[in-house]
Amino acid sequence: MKRPTAPPGALKVDVLVAGGGNAAMCAAITAARNGASVLVVEKAPKAWRGGNTRHTRNMRVAHDEGNGILTGPYPFEEFWDDLQRVTKGNTNEELATLTLERSKELWDFLWAQGVRFQPSLGGTLSLGRTNAFFLGGGRSMLNALYRTAEDLGIDIRYDTELIDIDVEDGFFTGATIRDGDGTHRVEARGFVAASGGFEADLDWLADAWGPPAKNFLVRGTPYNTGSVLRLLIDKGFDQIGDPQQCHCVAIDGRAPKFDGGIVTRLDCVPFGIVLNAEGERFYDEGEDFWPKRYAIWGRLVAAQPDQVGHVLIDSKSINLFMPSVYPPERADTLEELCQKIGIDPTKVAETVATFNAACRGSHFDHTVHDDCHTEGLTPPKTHWARPIDTPPFYAYSLRPGITFTYLGIRVDREGHMLFADGAVSPNMFAAGEIMAGNILGEGYLAGIGMTIGSVFGRIAGQGVSTYVRN
Amino acid sequence: MSATDAFASPNLAEVDRQMNFCNACRYCEGLCAVFPAMELRRVFTPGELDYLSNLCHNCGACFYDCQYAPPHEIAINVPVAMAELREESYARYAWPRALAPVFARNGVWLTVGAALFVALFIGGFMAWKDPQVLFGVHVGEGAFYKIMPHYGMVGLFGAAFLYAIVASVMSLVTFWRAAGPIEGLSAISVARAMHDAATLRYLDGGGMGCMHESERPSDRRRLYHHFTFYGFLLCFAATGAGTLYHYAGVEAPYPYWHPVVILGVLGGIGLIVGPLGLLATRRERDPAITSANADGSARDMGTAFIIMLVATSATGLLLLVLRATPLMGITLALHLGVVFALFVSLPYSKFVHGIYRFAALVRHAHEQRVAHGAPAAAPAPAAERRAA
Ligand SMILES: Cc1cc2nc3c(=O)[nH]c(=O)nc-3n(C[C@H](O)[C@H](O)[C@H](O)COP(=O)(O)OP(=O)(O)OC[C@H]3O[C@@H](n4cnc5c(N)ncnc54)[C@H](O)[C@@H]3O)c2cc1C
Ligand code: SF4
Ligand code: SF4
Repeated sequence: MKRPTAPPGALKVDVLVAGGGNAAMCAAITAARNGASVLVVEKAPKAWRGGNTRHTRNMRVAHDEGNGILTGPYPFEEFWDDLQRVTKGNTNEELATLTLERSKELWDFLWAQGVRFQPSLGGTLSLGRTNAFFLGGGRSMLNALYRTAEDLGIDIRYDTELIDIDVEDGFFTGATIRDGDGTHRVEARGFVAASGGFEADLDWLADAWGPPAKNFLVRGTPYNTGSVLRLLIDKGFDQIGDPQQCHCVAIDGRAPKFDGGIVTRLDCVPFGIVLNAEGERFYDEGEDFWPKRYAIWGRLVAAQPDQVGHVLIDSKSINLFMPSVYPPERADTLEELCQKIGIDPTKVAETVATFNAACRGSHFDHTVHDDCHTEGLTPPKTHWARPIDTPPFYAYSLRPGITFTYLGIRVDREGHMLFADGAVSPNMFAAGEIMAGNILGEGYLAGIGMTIGSVFGRIAGQGVSTYVRN
Repeated sequence: MSATDAFASPNLAEVDRQMNFCNACRYCEGLCAVFPAMELRRVFTPGELDYLSNLCHNCGACFYDCQYAPPHEIAINVPVAMAELREESYARYAWPRALAPVFARNGVWLTVGAALFVALFIGGFMAWKDPQVLFGVHVGEGAFYKIMPHYGMVGLFGAAFLYAIVASVMSLVTFWRAAGPIEGLSAISVARAMHDAATLRYLDGGGMGCMHESERPSDRRRLYHHFTFYGFLLCFAATGAGTLYHYAGVEAPYPYWHPVVILGVLGGIGLIVGPLGLLATRRERDPAITSANADGSARDMGTAFIIMLVATSATGLLLLVLRATPLMGITLALHLGVVFALFVSLPYSKFVHGIYRFAALVRHAHEQRVAHGAPAAAPAPAAERRAA
């Protein structure tokens, strides 16, 4: 659908939605179904639409019974316990309860918008009960939402950024957007902020984390620079969450700076040793299975010089894990390998010799917590410890990859944004990552990002359209 | 670890590269047979890559669903990579090997073949019989055979068809072996594959629909392929039934209500509507998921084969209309020439996609049974999928 470019005068709509991911589209669709005219401004071009949602795989939903795809019941209470555990209680109980309760409606809601689900086949079995997997992944899910939005007559503008909003006496009165032709004024009676976090703004990250943040890789979209979040904080809205809190994992150091997504994961760490740029080990590589540890390794690597870790393994292990998408460095001697990756061979030889000498145990089995461990070594390697001695040797590099940030805007249970003085804006709403910090004070539960986006997208869409109709 | 450098062709190396990314991602595992088959492997041999490429139905869904599709720098485009490898693989398994180059300039060869055989039939009729017989009006039982005796037709076409079968079987054997041996193939797997082929189960984006124009699904390719496939089968049935009737003493041409004619007409219509529809969908196809070979030029074997099918059915129907006129003889020559060319070119045209696709579906059904005790998980029907 080709649309004429913005007219010279102001654009008039009922509802303006900033963002183009899950939260934005759920809000826009809900508002349109409730009779409002809706304008969606998405900063990214069409090919890159949908923010971090395009990288997602599944969504966590409470349900009292399995349904053939969800393999069993996942009652509210269990979901609640899981959330308490990961956030260590650092959550707004009212909003968290609401989110989990209403997550029960999401399967049917999304189905009605054309989203389809599939059973989880390999590797993610444990999530098959708790999480609904999108058929074709997040981008397919988004395509369905966009098709529905187009059919509902929602005006969707790509390459269009929200750059300013007008707030008078706590009321939203209009906004300024910018596209290829320049800036335009939008007159809308309600506003939904669904523009994600600030994980793609390395300067902002550096404010919170210090200079090492510049070396972080951003796993998702480069468009989530938090510009709307900043705007809202500057307008006096109440910020919630710690700017340092983020989901940060260790990924393949050769991944692209942005948008590397899921394929940049590396599964080799438990099979070898990890050295920093100085050739020293710094943490127990065999503490637990990798899927349980890759999140803490993000921070571990972030704390090392140059924010890099080098994983060394030998040919005994090379076929025991999924191949990485970027091939490892390979050499017949450790010395040659060190030259290739640029760390001091003498130091590495020493570290490896000490490690090899400390290895104990003989029943190597990477599918269980085996008895192969080190003795008298700091830090220890508690499982899967085998001497690195069989050439050829291989090296992978690890870097911190940031998934998303937690800092957001405080909302109430109707999705209204709150000012720092506690006042409620009657016609300004937030949904998704930009308010996820209300529920996730810290920690993370796989699939809950999308749950928060869809639940609050619907709540915001309902609230804003009800407001504009009255 | 990818062995990219070791591959004999850029198409193999590219599919290998993409499959390594897909295997780390697996978001598309519910879309079709290719991804579950990929998941059974860590690394891929050239024969396995050919197998995967022939398992791909080119439904387009995984392109629109891929977060790494161009303009992303990782540039994953499975439908195009698979299509290009698939067409290359046809030449790799051609029998005899010397005829492999026919695939590269398929359109030219098919056109030349058709023209040549039409000319030979006309020339043959003229030399055999008096031109007066050729241009005379013949009606009633056995009219066609006044122009060409039945034993001649059966002998000639039987031989051509036999050749096509032998060449196809030889190719199939090489293709099958290249992807590695399998043990204990059961009838259940073959039946499963027949079902999946007959319903075009994987031309469906895993339930969301085939996507050829854009990320909006459309069922047209599936529909027109059904017209084509079942049209082909009906025509085949008509020919078979005709031969049987002949030996039972009832000679062609048959009246309009005759089963042979009804089968032939229905099949002929299918073979016109289907291929023309497929041609139209090729034209509508999003350039982003169109292989460079599908450009309507001599190397475009898909278009060449579609045109051959249309020519076969169109000349057949023409014969039905003109059979009581002086033009019958020449129309018969036209039809027989085209059919003959179709027969001998079957092993060297896009027709082979059906053979390799079916073989790939059988292997897939078998592998999934061995790995999971059941065929690859299919999304449950809509009603069952709704939350309780
Ligand atoms: C690799 C990866 C995998 C993930 N997997 C999962 C998963 O499986 N399950 C899960 O629950 N979560 C997952 N997440 C987290 C999940 O992506 C987020 O929680 C979720 O997508 C947030 O949705 P959202 O709509 O709030 O933001 P987004 O989807 O990020 O959308 C934000 C949108 O705002 C737009 N935007 C930004 N600024 C402006 C502006 N100024 N004007 C206009 N538009 C603007 C952006 O272009 C973008 O379209 C994953 C994240 C990553 C990076
Ligand atoms: S096509 Fe793209 S989304 Fe699908 S499995 Fe491959 S990399 Fe993943
Ligand atoms: S059949 Fe469709 S979804 Fe499967 S690989 Fe081919 S184009 Fe992709």
